[in-house]
Amino acid sequence: MEKRVLFRSTWLPWLLLAPQLLVVGVFFFWPAGQALVQSVQQQDAFGNSITWVGFENFRTLFNDATYLASFQTTLIFSLLVTVLGLSIALVLAVFADRIVRGATFYKTVLILPYAVAPVVTGLIWAFMFSTSTGVVTYWMRQVGIHWNHLLNGNDAMALVVMAAVWKQISYNFLFFLAGLTSIPKSLVEAAAIDGASPWRRFWTIQLPLLSPTAFFLLVINMVYAFFDTFAIIDATTQGGPGKDTATLVYRVYFDGFRGMDFGGAAAQSVVLMTIVIALTVVQFKFIEKKVNY
Amino acid sequence: MKLKIVALALAAAFSVSAQAQTEIQWWHSMDGALNDWVNDLAKQFNASQTEYKVVPTYKGEYDQSVAAGIAAYRAGNAPDILQVYEVGTATMMYSKGAIKPVADVMKEGGVKFDPKAYIPAIAGYYTAPNGQMLSFPFNSSTTVFYYNKDAFKAAGLDPEKPPVTWPDVVSTAAKLKASGSQCPFTTSWMTWAQLESFSTWHNTSYASKNNGFGGLDARLEFNSPLHVRHFENLGNMSKQGLFVYKGRSGKAISSFISGECAMFVGSSGSYATISRDAKFKFTESTLPYYPDVPGAPQNTIIGGASLWVMAGKPAAHYKGVATFFSFLSDPKVQSASHMRTGYLPVTTAAFKLTEESGFYKKNPGTDVAVNQMIRKTTDKSRGVRLGNFVQIRAILDEETEMIWTGKKTAKEALDTGVQRGNELLVKFQAANK
Repeated sequence: MEKRVLFRSTWLPWLLLAPQLLVVGVFFFWPAGQALVQSVQQQDAFGNSITWVGFENFRTLFNDATYLASFQTTLIFSLLVTVLGLSIALVLAVFADRIVRGATFYKTVLILPYAVAPVVTGLIWAFMFSTSTGVVTYWMRQVGIHWNHLLNGNDAMALVVMAAVWKQISYNFLFFLAGLTSIPKSLVEAAAIDGASPWRRFWTIQLPLLSPTAFFLLVINMVYAFFDTFAIIDATTQGGPGKDTATLVYRVYFDGFRGMDFGGAAAQSVVLMTIVIALTVVQFKFIEKKVNY
Repeated sequence: MKLKIVALALAAAFSVSAQAQTEIQWWHSMDGALNDWVNDLAKQFNASQTEYKVVPTYKGEYDQSVAAGIAAYRAGNAPDILQVYEVGTATMMYSKGAIKPVADVMKEGGVKFDPKAYIPAIAGYYTAPNGQMLSFPFNSSTTVFYYNKDAFKAAGLDPEKPPVTWPDVVSTAAKLKASGSQCPFTTSWMTWAQLESFSTWHNTSYASKNNGFGGLDARLEFNSPLHVRHFENLGNMSKQGLFVYKGRSGKAISSFISGECAMFVGSSGSYATISRDAKFKFTESTLPYYPDVPGAPQNTIIGGASLWVMAGKPAAHYKGVATFFSFLSDPKVQSASHMRTGYLPVTTAAFKLTEESGFYKKNPGTDVAVNQMIRKTTDKSRGVRLGNFVQIRAILDEETEMIWTGKKTAKEALDTGVQRGNELLVKFQAANK
């Protein structure tokens, strides 16, 4: 059954939408348009001499072997962040749902990391895992693990994934918990009476009914991993060692704001935007079919 | 009647603010002990006269404040003075109409200005090919070698005898490691210290066309046999645990201050922070060199930053800037700054004043930085001026990291660095025709 609200006047819907449209227009369409324009220009840092260069910026990008390598890095990074973020948050939400005593305490503590700014998150984790002064590094050395994210690409990737996931778990947890509490208790109780084990109940009842939430979070997490993580990477590894944690969005930030190459950075953001749009379209087209509303 | 009195009172109150001083906005990147230094300088200048008020604002690290300055310029809201690090020199120099050369500012401001009073190795970096000084050398540091005297004593080494050549560094590091040091040697600012300053110290080209001073068609040359040999040396040291890589830019400084690393190549400008926070005896020494290279040691390269004056400001502001710069050039102010921070004295008069005050005798090692610079420069040692230098340095950070992780040999890393860097130079040349 489709829910639709019918408006009789022709201008009221537009008026009600106007604030949101304004925000989207100013904060998305305008910068996106400017990025598209700048991606076909070559300018000096101060914007005093602007030349139109067509697709030159894109051609240089795709001829750069390190740029193509960063696609792979970004893919690995976002898959790890999404999968880990969703699964850990789901487990925590299921457990939090079953607690009776101290439920508020657990929920508050689990949601708290979301309030931490990305840069601060990155700094906290970089400090804990610091090769010279990190607490966790010290413990790991006692156990025999020599952690060095300055030299080991896998350690560096693990560090940024942990920092990014830690933040995102709270967000996912919040939504999963809300989704779980919206499942009618009668369904779960009926299954329990019929003799279904908790695992069975989860798999056949709770998970399918969580699928709208899970789908929504999948899209959000992918976008988060692609776009919102450069602050964490900048605070921890700066894309290093070598280029092992240089995701696409980090390169955009670096080339644009440190290197002052606005044309190249704009071209990179256009590519990034196309990828995320394509991903979202794919998700909506194919995965949404499996979602039970 | 009452209304008239009130109106007169208000008018009087507001007219006072109309005669307020001209504010000079100064954006900088000095943090820690250096932030105190900058604020004290502004306070001193403001107290010495009433016409102008310099307002310093910390805008983040060097690259962040340059980005902020450029964004502000594009928005029509640039500061009067912007502190730009030395690698941003080409970007600022080639920007048409965005900056006002310091020589012009001083002339228009009616302030006496003699470019010959400045130390050649420092002023030359910021001078145009036609001899016109473009930016004001404010905090110029250079690479020096710090070492932990207490650690030396504990390892049975003479704390008054630092290693002077690279072979010496290797053998000293081996002795330190044998006595239990986890990090005998490290370096900060890898590309600045081990490639740029290394090149000028050995009178070897870093790039063609006199390291880029001769034109935008300069190309990189730091994959010469000497450079490859040095990085192979460092790579071997890394494998043996004698050299421990501690991260990019200035991250390694904390490893030295904490006592973890015994020997450390860093900026002379870190002297203020190290002497404030280190709990052991340390001193500065000259940058190590290879004794078999002809012409070594020549002079080290400057780091730090200079002050650029942005264009498009009212004439009164420029007069204020000129007055402020002439205050900063005063030998007494220079000497005090130099003694406080470890940054080089910019004029020869300031150096002589510091020498006469006996400061160098009381604090052995603090004259190392100046002595490395106060020489006649050659075409290969005056400095480096290349476009897109920030990205070139980042590329070199990445490539050299691959040497320490064992993914590339020194030759491969430096060759790739030259190749990728040259692509950026070509791009800069095209964008700044």
